Amino acid sequence: MSAKKESLGKTVGVVVAVCLVCSIIVSGAAVGLRDLQQTNAKLDKQTNILTAAGLYETGMSNDAVDAKFKEFVELRYVDLDSGEFTEAPEADYDMYKAAKQTEYSTKVTNSNVGFQRRPNVATVYLVHSEDGDVTRVVLPVHGSGLWDLMYGFLAVDADGQTVKELIYYQQKETPGLGGEVQNPAWQAKWDGKKLYKDGEVAIKVKKNANPDNPYSVDALSGATLTSTGVQNTIQYWVGEQGFGPFLKKQAWRS
Amino acid sequence: MADAKEMKKVLFGPILDNNPIALQVLGICSALAITTKLETALVMSLALTSVVAFSNLFISLIRNQIPSSVRIIIQMTIIASLVIVVDQILKAYSYEISKQLSVFVGLIITNCIVMGRAEAYAMKSPPLMSFLDGIGNGLGYSFILICIGTVKELFGFGTILNFEILPLVQNGGWYQGNGLLILPFSSFFLIGAMVWLIRTFRPEQIEPKE
Repeated sequence: MSAKKESLGKTVGVVVAVCLVCSIIVSGAAVGLRDLQQTNAKLDKQTNILTAAGLYETGMSNDAVDAKFKEFVELRYVDLDSGEFTEAPEADYDMYKAAKQTEYSTKVTNSNVGFQRRPNVATVYLVHSEDGDVTRVVLPVHGSGLWDLMYGFLAVDADGQTVKELIYYQQKETPGLGGEVQNPAWQAKWDGKKLYKDGEVAIKVKKNANPDNPYSVDALSGATLTSTGVQNTIQYWVGEQGFGPFLKKQAWRS
Repeated sequence: MADAKEMKKVLFGPILDNNPIALQVLGICSALAITTKLETALVMSLALTSVVAFSNLFISLIRNQIPSSVRIIIQMTIIASLVIVVDQILKAYSYEISKQLSVFVGLIITNCIVMGRAEAYAMKSPPLMSFLDGIGNGLGYSFILICIGTVKELFGFGTILNFEILPLVQNGGWYQGNGLLILPFSSFFLIGAMVWLIRTFRPEQIEPKE
């Protein structure tokens, strides 16, 4: 190694040059691909909502998903305390970000749902039929499983009482055990279950549940804590602190 | 200049004779975590192979300019940039898989194979050979990942590339999935078994007793 190679000026020069070239490449990639990435994230969400809405068919093209979403799904904001529709508190409102800000959220009480604050205003998706009637309401739900928070969509029939689908789209449960919350065979068990009995939340997840009992869903075998987590999540979100007032008022009918 | 024989050795040597996972025992952590399904293992292999190959290429191109006092930092800068680019490309073109791989693509930065090849080979070899060496080591890594991914997915989930081979009890079939193989740490046993297998056929890899 020559002495020239180790001079201070040269060292600094090489470092600056390498950093400059690398930063140009990295920022070029980030900026150039940003549109595609945002489209992907949006499409992923739309696909999940369409699945919950019962409108998704396997192998749908990206454009078909987007078109169907625009045609049949309507985004609305709900004030969780009153159960009435409201306006978004700010442009590009994100209920999960809002839950972290005290002025937009309320403390969770008497629940093991696994998070501390819930947003005051939630986003819901109304699913319309061809005639424009609301057929389903897709509600975002989340709560802790065994390892981490699980995020999903609960689709409720327009009667505000009957479950249509429960789709989890983000979870970190043990694959093959708790991860089976995403198994279509288990998801199908939720279809037709009833949320309320005499006005009280009655839905349960329990072992060896009778498939004919409209208030209980069979728990996942080998995943007791995940199943309990799902139960806590659903009971919280359809209860008084969650979408309970909204589902009772059925604001989508007016 | 390197001849064809030398190139072949650099390219295919790391698969069995000098495998980065089985012989050098590098890059184990990602091999444990993302081999539950073959699909993620394949994408991870591809991502790592391209990162090693290009980091070797670029580092080799500027190897005579790199001052030795800051060489590790410069290597890291180049590797990190490449990993971010790969991560961005995955997010743009293969969103589902990038969600499953999550943090592990980012962790390629700390994968010892990349760093090891840059320091041990690319710093003193010409660009073409370094590039081939990167691809070779990537192939060696991929070989192990694909073997493990196949075994884990087949016996854990009864599928290969999400195509059903052994119908699971949960879905009305007859096969009871092996719960152990679904968990990340079962790769320890499988990697151990592969090391044993490779050393049975290549006894020269066995370390002498101390």
